Amino acid sequence: MPEQGLILDIVTQSTWAMTPILLATLGEIFAERSGVVNIGLEGIMLLSAFTAVAIADKTVNPWLGVLAAVAMGAFIGAIHAFITVYLKGNHIISGIGINMFATGFVAYGIEVVWGVRGYYNPRYEAKVPRMPGLGISPLFLASMLLVILFYIVIYRTDYGLKVRACGENPEAADVVGIPVEKTQFIATIIGAAVTGLAGAVLSIDWLATITKELPAGRGFIALALVNFANWNPIYALGGSFLFGSLWTLTEYLKNIESAKALIPLPLINTIPYIATLLVVAGLIGKSRPPAFTGTPYQREQA
Amino acid sequence: MSSSSKLEYLTYLGNVVLALIAGLALGAIIISWGGYDPVAAYRGLFETSLNLADPYYLAMTLSYATPMMLTALTFAISARAGVFNIGAEGQVFMGALGAIIIASMKLPDALYLPLALLMGILMGALWGFIAGLFKVLRGVNEVVVTIMLNWIAFWIVEYARIYVYYDPYRPEKTISMPRSGVLPVLMPGSELTASFIIALLVTILIYLIMWRTRLGYSMRVVGIGLKTARYAGINPWITMLNVFVLGGVVSGLAGVLEICGRPPTYAITTGASNLAGLGFSGISVSLLGLNHPIFIIPAAIIIGALNAGSRGMQIRAGVPLEMVKAVQGLIVIALAVPGFTYMWRKWRIRRALRGETSA
Repeated sequence: MPEQGLILDIVTQSTWAMTPILLATLGEIFAERSGVVNIGLEGIMLLSAFTAVAIADKTVNPWLGVLAAVAMGAFIGAIHAFITVYLKGNHIISGIGINMFATGFVAYGIEVVWGVRGYYNPRYEAKVPRMPGLGISPLFLASMLLVILFYIVIYRTDYGLKVRACGENPEAADVVGIPVEKTQFIATIIGAAVTGLAGAVLSIDWLATITKELPAGRGFIALALVNFANWNPIYALGGSFLFGSLWTLTEYLKNIESAKALIPLPLINTIPYIATLLVVAGLIGKSRPPAFTGTPYQREQA
Repeated sequence: MSSSSKLEYLTYLGNVVLALIAGLALGAIIISWGGYDPVAAYRGLFETSLNLADPYYLAMTLSYATPMMLTALTFAISARAGVFNIGAEGQVFMGALGAIIIASMKLPDALYLPLALLMGILMGALWGFIAGLFKVLRGVNEVVVTIMLNWIAFWIVEYARIYVYYDPYRPEKTISMPRSGVLPVLMPGSELTASFIIALLVTILIYLIMWRTRLGYSMRVVGIGLKTARYAGINPWITMLNVFVLGGVVSGLAGVLEICGRPPTYAITTGASNLAGLGFSGISVSLLGLNHPIFIIPAAIIIGALNAGSRGMQIRAGVPLEMVKAVQGLIVIALAVPGFTYMWRKWRIRRALRGETSA
């Protein structure tokens, strides 16, 4: 039955499409749980995607590329965390700056590293290999494990409790002896590192290319999903699957002549963004952010 | 201006200068990483932008500053009201599309410009209004909403460019605004047109609205806090909608001016390349200008110079012109830091505390 093949195909494709969104959402959930908002997800994904291609292509080792992407994510996360946590800078402005820097730097970097303008496709050997027999990405499996890991850490460990305390009531956390700034700093770096992994999925796994528009708003869709998921990694899984399959269906629509006759191609591209708007508009009010997220914690001074 | 707020502005100004220096210095490191000469790069950049000896380059800088002045206002108005409207990008697209729709019509010569302005501003305002509705009615994070609307606007413009308003003779652009709907060029040979003067006047107008009218007052009170606004008898939600609509109006205008007042194409080019980035650059202009309409004017000239000089930098020093966008991002990141004044104060408090405990 061809329908069954098609459905299986869409599900397989969706595992790919959902992975970057899921990873960025997980990372942001963790950072926001600690009280730090990072709207630079898009930029971190992009910088990490670029780093992944650069390293994987040069060393012909996709795993080094993945590692470099995670390291780049952690590095940018550390800058954001330093500015917001220690210097009490504005979370949103720092994030906007990261996104702007990433677009400019990656466009510049593509030209510097490969001498081409616009885009570069890594060689075949630099791509993350598929799981034998399954046809899915090992990074998809990794993202599934991370869902469970983050869930356990946030809800079932002492450390997770401390992280949540910093986001919910930093003053109380401080009083009971939790090092608020250090906890937020580390949580933000972990979150950004996971977002960096999302960049590697885009550039050397799923799409296997690098352009300055590679994340195409996925960082912001993840930001919306954090809200949708009510800051819970398990719900993030559901939300990401919803958007992953939506993205896949959009791509399928583009190849169906009758659909193209009905809706012109550029307008089909708006579907994921319209869906994001509708989903967040429909669900807000039912979810509640950590009370102090996005507010710099200022210790009272004598 | 009271003396304390004057001092506050002075310290902010110090931070701005430091952020600019930090952005350019880190930019120099990136230029060196790319294997280019940073001194030659910056010389090329500033000699082809802020070159006082050559009025052509100055005119180009001002023409680049024009749309960013307006998109900066969109962000500044919202920041004053306590929200982050980063939807200028999409509103510019819609404004430009509005102008192209008018350009496609058969009209008496005198009607092109006024109708293009009207249509573009309306479409920009509509795009701002939609963002405002999501924020006000559903409480959705305005950053997410405006970014999604930016992408939707981009694909709508791409659709219009490819399917509806394409130029049958030149596939890289839409139809152009007819000559009768075009603003006069201020300096022959340059891209500087009367749109610069319009942008200046609108910037001053927004200043007056923000600081001399009830409307602007209510926006600034909402920026202090929703509770404060309610105590002052201000409806925060209506005010918030006004913030997004007014933001859409100025960015929509920026889009129209890029069509009616920007030689040589007077059209939307492939991938909206002549419009892309204007909204985001406006954010850096606004932050650099302390989210204040009057300070936005010099800030737009500084960022305008970076953009105008990027081509000169590429030609003279070989540095890919996207570098200036990276520098812009670095400047914004630096502007997020509350500044050395804050760190200095903190260090003094720490020292004082240490002095107490040791005594």
